Amino acid sequence: MTALRLTCLALAFLFAMPGPGAAQSSGPLRIEITEGVIEPLPIAIPPFVAENPAAGDLAGRIAEVVAADLEGTGLFRAIDQGAFIARVASFDAAVSYPDWRAINAQALVTGAVTVQGNRLDVRFRLYDVFANAPLGEGLQFGGSTDSWRRIAHKVADAVYSRITGESGYFDSRVAFISQTGPKGQRIRRLALMDYDGANASFLSDGQSLVLAPRFSPRGDQLLYTSYETGRPQIYLLDVNSLRRRVLDDQPGSMTFAPRFSPDGNTVVYSLSTAGNSDIYTLNLGSGRRTRLTSQPSIETAPSFSPDGSQIVFESDRSGTQQLYVMSAGGGEARRISFGAGRYGTPVWSPRGDLIAFTKQNEGRFHIGVMRTDGSEERLLTASFLDEGPTWAPNGRVIMFTRETRGASGAPALYSVDITGRNLKRVATPVAASAPSWSPLLP
Amino acid sequence: MTNLKPMYGAGAVAIALFLGACASTTNDRFDSAGAGGAVGALGSPSDPTSPAYFQQTVGDRVLFVVDQSTLTPEARATLDGQAGWLNSNPEFSVVVEGHADERGTTEYNIGLGARRATAVQEYLFTQGVALNRIETVSYGKERPLEICSDESCYNQNRRAVTVLTAGAGF
Repeated sequence: MTALRLTCLALAFLFAMPGPGAAQSSGPLRIEITEGVIEPLPIAIPPFVAENPAAGDLAGRIAEVVAADLEGTGLFRAIDQGAFIARVASFDAAVSYPDWRAINAQALVTGAVTVQGNRLDVRFRLYDVFANAPLGEGLQFGGSTDSWRRIAHKVADAVYSRITGESGYFDSRVAFISQTGPKGQRIRRLALMDYDGANASFLSDGQSLVLAPRFSPRGDQLLYTSYETGRPQIYLLDVNSLRRRVLDDQPGSMTFAPRFSPDGNTVVYSLSTAGNSDIYTLNLGSGRRTRLTSQPSIETAPSFSPDGSQIVFESDRSGTQQLYVMSAGGGEARRISFGAGRYGTPVWSPRGDLIAFTKQNEGRFHIGVMRTDGSEERLLTASFLDEGPTWAPNGRVIMFTRETRGASGAPALYSVDITGRNLKRVATPVAASAPSWSPLLP
Repeated sequence: MTNLKPMYGAGAVAIALFLGACASTTNDRFDSAGAGGAVGALGSPSDPTSPAYFQQTVGDRVLFVVDQSTLTPEARATLDGQAGWLNSNPEFSVVVEGHADERGTTEYNIGLGARRATAVQEYLFTQGVALNRIETVSYGKERPLEICSDESCYNQNRRAVTVLTAGAGF
C-alpha cells in the first residue's frame, strides 16, 4: 500500500473533437446487470500504446488484465485481436469507427502507457462504437510500476461502471484460508490475494488453526479466529504492518465469527461460555463489551446492515438454524427465513437490499439471497457443500466456498452473480476456503 | 501489495510457537503419539493409572447423534468410567474437545461442539470431578477424525474427546 499513490484526473481537454453526429445513436451503450445478460457485449481492447520504450512490456499486459476483468463478469466478450481491422498506433489519433463496427465491436477501449523509472501512468478512453463517440471523458491513473495490475483493474472498473451504471469490483482483494495437506490434517493459513487470484501471500504461518478472516470497511484490517492459545479467540490484524492483537480475552470463553460494523469502530461476534453461544459487540475504542442476545440456543454468524442499524444472524432457537434480524443494540429479533431446510451464515449486501446465506436442505448445500424481510428467496447454487458467502463491493457478485466430497475432497473458492449466472471457480494457489471480499481499494 | 512478501515475509506474525506449551491445542489424533504437549508418557495400557489405560480401556471419547449434544446411555457409561478414573488419579486434569461432522456450517458447528464439550464437562462434574480440572474447547468441523463423506465417518466425527493434561487445575 505504501508505495501506491494512485492519481486520477479527467482528461477532458483531450477531447478537442466532440462526438460527431450523435444522431446515429439509438440510445447510449448500456448493460442492465439486473436483467440477466444472455449475450455478452462485444468489446475491443487492443494492446495499449507504449508511449516510451520502457512501457512496451506493460502496455500489452495491462490491456490483457482489463480484458480478463471485463470478460470475467460474463457481461462482456473481448473480441479476438486477430479479427481487428484497425490498429491503434497512437492514443490521440482519430478512431476509425467503421473498422470497429465492421467486426461488431460495440465498445472500444484504447489506452496509452508511460513508464519512467518506477512510475507508471496509464491513460485510457472508452468509445461507444455505434454512436461514433467517446463514452465519458478520458481518464489517467498513475502509480508505481509494481502496482500495474491495480491500475489495470481501475481502468476495467471505470469501463464497467460507465457501461453498467454500477460501481466496479476489480480493484479489490480477497482474504481467505489457504489449506494444504490431507483432509484430516489440514494446515490452515490466513492468506490474501487480488480478487482475481494474483499476488497471493500468506499472513500466518500455519502453526495454529485459523478461521474465517473478515475485512474492515476500509480494507486495511482483518478480523479472524485463531486457536493459538488452545481455544478459539478473535484477533484484529493490520494488513500492512501485520501487527495484531487478541480481542475479548476472557478466561474460559471462546470467541468466533467476528465482523466489523460499517464504521469500523465495533466488532460483532459470538462468545461461547458454558456451552452456550450468544452474540456480543465490542467497541474497539473503549473496549466496552455488550451482550446482544441471551438465549440458551446457538446465536452466531452476525452481520451488520450497511447503515449500521441492524444485525442479521443465525439461531437455532426454533429447533433448527434460521435467520433473524435485530436492532444493532440487541433486543427483540424477527425471524426472516421460513423455507424448507436450515439457514446459516447470513451476510448483508453492501447495497443493503439483499441478504446472502447458506442453506442446507435434503442433503444439499446452497448459496442463496433473499430480501432483508426474508421475501423473494432465490437459491443461486447447489452442491455437496457450498458455504460462507461474501459480497463483491458492488453487491452484484458473491464469492463462497465449495468443498467436494470424500476423503480426497478439498475446498475451493467460487463466484456467482446474484442473477445465478456466471458461476465459476476463482483461481487460488492452493485449496482455499472462507473468502472475505474487501471493499474497493482507495 | 509491495510490502507483503510471500509466506514468511519480513515482520511476519510471530505465531504461536508456544504451541507445545498448552495441552489443549492438541489434536486428539496425535495424543497417543504424545504430540502437542499432552501427557508425554502414556505408560502401559496394563497399568490402570496410566494415560494409555484411560485412552484405551476406559475410553476417551463419546459420540453424538446428528445435531445433538445429549449424552446417550452408552456415552454416560463411558463418562462414568472417565470420572472414576479421574477421581482416582487427581494429578491429571482434562480438556474436553467438542467436534462436529462436516455436514454443517463452520460457525454453527463451533457452537455445537461447545455444547457437546460442555455436556461432557457437566456430566463429569456431577460424577465428582472438580470443574477446575475440566476445560472445554470446540473445534467444530475443523478436525475430523475420519475423512470419508458418509455416515460411517460422520458418526465417528460427532464426538467429544477427553484429553488428559498434566497437573491439577488452577
